[in-house]
Amino acid sequence: MDKFRMIFQFFQSNQESFMNGICGIMALASTQMYSAFDFNCPCLPRYNMAYGLGILLVPPFILFLLGFVLNNNISMLAEEWRRPQGQRGKDPSVLRYMFCSMAQRAMIAPAVWVSVTLLDGKCITCAFCTSVPVETLGNASHPLLSQGEIQRVLARIPCKEIYNGQELIASEVAIRYLRCISQALGWCFVLLMTTLAFLVRSLRPCFSQAAFLKSRYWSHYIDIERKLFDETCAEHARSFAKVCIQQFFEGMSTDLVAARCHLPRKASEDAGEASKKLLGITDQGTMNIALKSWHRCKPPLHLHPPALPSGNGWAGEGQPPVHLSTPRRETAAYYSLV
Amino acid sequence: MDRFRMIFQYFQSNSESVMNGICGLLALASVKMYTCFDFSCPCLPQYNMAYGLGIMFVPPVILFLCGLILNRQSLVMLDEWRRPQGHRKKDLAVIRYMCSSIVQRAMVAPVIWIIVTLLDGKCLICAFSGSMDPEKFVGFANVTPVQVEQLLAKVPCKDDELVRNNTSRKAVSRYLRCWSQALGWSILLILIVAAFLARWLRPCFNQATLLQARHWSNYIDIEQKIFEETCCEHSRLFAHKCILHFFESMRQEIKLHSFNLPRQGERDEGEEDLLRGITDQDQVNKLLKTWYYDKPPLDVS
Repeated sequence: MDKFRMIFQFFQSNQESFMNGICGIMALASTQMYSAFDFNCPCLPRYNMAYGLGILLVPPFILFLLGFVLNNNISMLAEEWRRPQGQRGKDPSVLRYMFCSMAQRAMIAPAVWVSVTLLDGKCITCAFCTSVPVETLGNASHPLLSQGEIQRVLARIPCKEIYNGQELIASEVAIRYLRCISQALGWCFVLLMTTLAFLVRSLRPCFSQAAFLKSRYWSHYIDIERKLFDETCAEHARSFAKVCIQQFFEGMSTDLVAARCHLPRKASEDAGEASKKLLGITDQGTMNIALKSWHRCKPPLHLHPPALPSGNGWAGEGQPPVHLSTPRRETAAYYSLV
Repeated sequence: MDRFRMIFQYFQSNSESVMNGICGLLALASVKMYTCFDFSCPCLPQYNMAYGLGIMFVPPVILFLCGLILNRQSLVMLDEWRRPQGHRKKDLAVIRYMCSSIVQRAMVAPVIWIIVTLLDGKCLICAFSGSMDPEKFVGFANVTPVQVEQLLAKVPCKDDELVRNNTSRKAVSRYLRCWSQALGWSILLILIVAAFLARWLRPCFNQATLLQARHWSNYIDIEQKIFEETCCEHSRLFAHKCILHFFESMRQEIKLHSFNLPRQGERDEGEEDLLRGITDQDQVNKLLKTWYYDKPPLDVS
């Protein structure tokens, strides 16, 4: 149980880990989808190529877009891109970083689909069976067969039970040939992807590492800020509802004197606590203004210094200290973002 | 147990998570239903099309209605739409937001059923085998029209004696299956592109209004829950007090309880506070009626 909870918390800890988890699940789902999918080559001359290449290329595109759709960061990215500048500057390198990291994760499931398809071989066999080199593999000089007829016969190679061109070219030979090419392509694709990933990972620290660290920090910050804002709004709504209902019940009670006399201790404690959480926003109009300004004019990334202590124990002397210590800024001024 | 509780708590944490959980469960249920369902095409000329298209379109409607029914928010939305205005204004943007989120979630399971049906292919083969052009397939070219109709209708049934080893049957079946799968993948592609564009472009339009609508729709949901909890608490205390009054009125006969009175009296005080002065049936009825007809304004200053 503890291990499971730890794993769960680890994935929830930040958006990136969560997205890595989703990415892994989608890669597994893509292999599962491929094995569940019943590949059914039409075995007709023009349809074969369309079907084969369609199955090779359309699902990866779907998986790529799905990777973006499932990623919560996409709306965050769009929001950050479109918001008015207000008091907080916009940094295009942060946006670029977010987009790149989303795109990299979204590419994994399509790459897995394409590799599995090529290594299995059915798609390439279906798509290119009409282009098999009959001269080298079979008996090209077959009389009385027009080009169209040959194409129709070759198109039936993947469908073993209706293939009738054994004299022209043995289906086993053709399928083996096409499968070999497909698997070679598959392995080359996997090698290429892995090499690319390796190069990207190992060469990136050589280029502008400082800027990279900055972008990564601020993109995490934007994510965390948005989550905290949503949580704060939810808590506010809860306290607002409690106080609203409390006031409703109090207003309804006919025995107003009795209610005031008792002044329920528990109820007032609750109400006091709930009112504190309201953060001073106590009606619909004010809340709407708060939400609107959050979008239109986000606050600057510059926390206010803590208030100066006044009269710290110099009452006896009657003379204030000569120099007041400057307020210690506890927060680093990361307003280089502006 | 702990694991389930954690997963349960995660999903209960806010109403959106609960709805997403239900949506996912319905989607899995629809795939499971399809795999368990024993598709059996009638292989008769007039019945094929009705059966095939029926299996493709009727369960999605059922799943859509299930998705609406199982979603608590649809009741909340209806309540908000139909209530009289009273002290609290109605915001159409909030109602629209709630409606669109409910409909989006309810559409997932039907769409998955349709796509799985198309990718599998049996429904389309059953429905459209009778509409094939016999000229395209060698085995059916030199047969009388009536017989052709019969043979084509029997294509989905592999084990029928008439068409068991007929290569043209396999060709027709393959051809229809290819179209069915192509249609399935195209629909999936279109839907995913639409979802992607919707997610990408939504912040470009009216983001402030969207934030407000989302906040207030969440608020309405929370308020409804807290109201129900408060009412439950109230009715529990009401019942307790009622029963205590009943026993008190029997006091003369139950002399044993007399020394308990002071303590019970104290507890009474605390609980009566929580009754908030609402202490009889008419008052409770009036309270519930007013909650519906005249919700309080959103102003607690």
